[in-house]
Amino acid sequence: MRAWIAFVAGLLFGLGLSLGGMTQPAVVLGFLDIFGAWDPRLVFVMAGAVLTTAVGYRLLLRRPRPLLVERFQWPVSRRIDARLVGGAALFGIGWGIAGYCPGPALASLGAGAPALLVLVACMIAGWWLAARLLPPAGGH
Amino acid sequence: MHPYLGALCGGVLIGLAAVLLMAALGRIAGVSGIASGLVVGGASDRTWRLAFVLGLLAGPLLLWWLRGDSGIGAPQVGLPWMALAGLLVGIGTRLGGGCTSGHGVCGIARLSPRSLLATAVFMAFGIATVFVLRHLLGVGA
Repeated sequence: MRAWIAFVAGLLFGLGLSLGGMTQPAVVLGFLDIFGAWDPRLVFVMAGAVLTTAVGYRLLLRRPRPLLVERFQWPVSRRIDARLVGGAALFGIGWGIAGYCPGPALASLGAGAPALLVLVACMIAGWWLAARLLPPAGGH
Repeated sequence: MHPYLGALCGGVLIGLAAVLLMAALGRIAGVSGIASGLVVGGASDRTWRLAFVLGLLAGPLLLWWLRGDSGIGAPQVGLPWMALAGLLVGIGTRLGGGCTSGHGVCGIARLSPRSLLATAVFMAFGIATVFVLRHLLGVGA
């Protein structure tokens, strides 16, 4: 049951990404290109996603626990440090180079483009490297 | 459908996915966190993570089935740039504890100061990178 719900959540997520244009790196790079021909589509995607999530999370906060597991795992870390900022900066550079963040990169794999396989393989290598070289920290 | 309306609807679907995952499994829908847990996390909760990633892959296929166009676009830069981008995205999201979904959507929805800062930083660096590559170095489209 958990796996099926997770699959449906992933499916909605992937459908949203592709409908919103996020699986088109040209659109994503167009959004980041504020000094060129700016494409504001990502603003609409983010607005729709953030507002929906904010309303949904508020409703969930009234519930004692999730439907299928013991507890909600709300992120608890409040630490603002060089690791957070440095990581976000490296991610931003990588995002700006190719126009893929992790969700759209994985969702685009179905088209079978070799360049996407290379990007995702390197992304996985990056996850592995960072986990090997750095002590664990709280997510989000 | 107008591109802006499609983008808004796409965003709402992403939000619904995030709410569903929290409602049922109590988890933040951060793609880098969910997927990297398959590579480096504990072995106990791999099943739902793998199911989420498979669903993510199936999303554009469903769109293709619905309207005959998956919405998947072509890469804009060459292989060496794709490799470098992947590596930076991997290291950066693990180091920073999230990506566009975990920090940008779920974190901002919770008004998490960490996520607001991380999102501002990766947006700024993404914009700066595109400016340097496109307008100073002439890389890509």
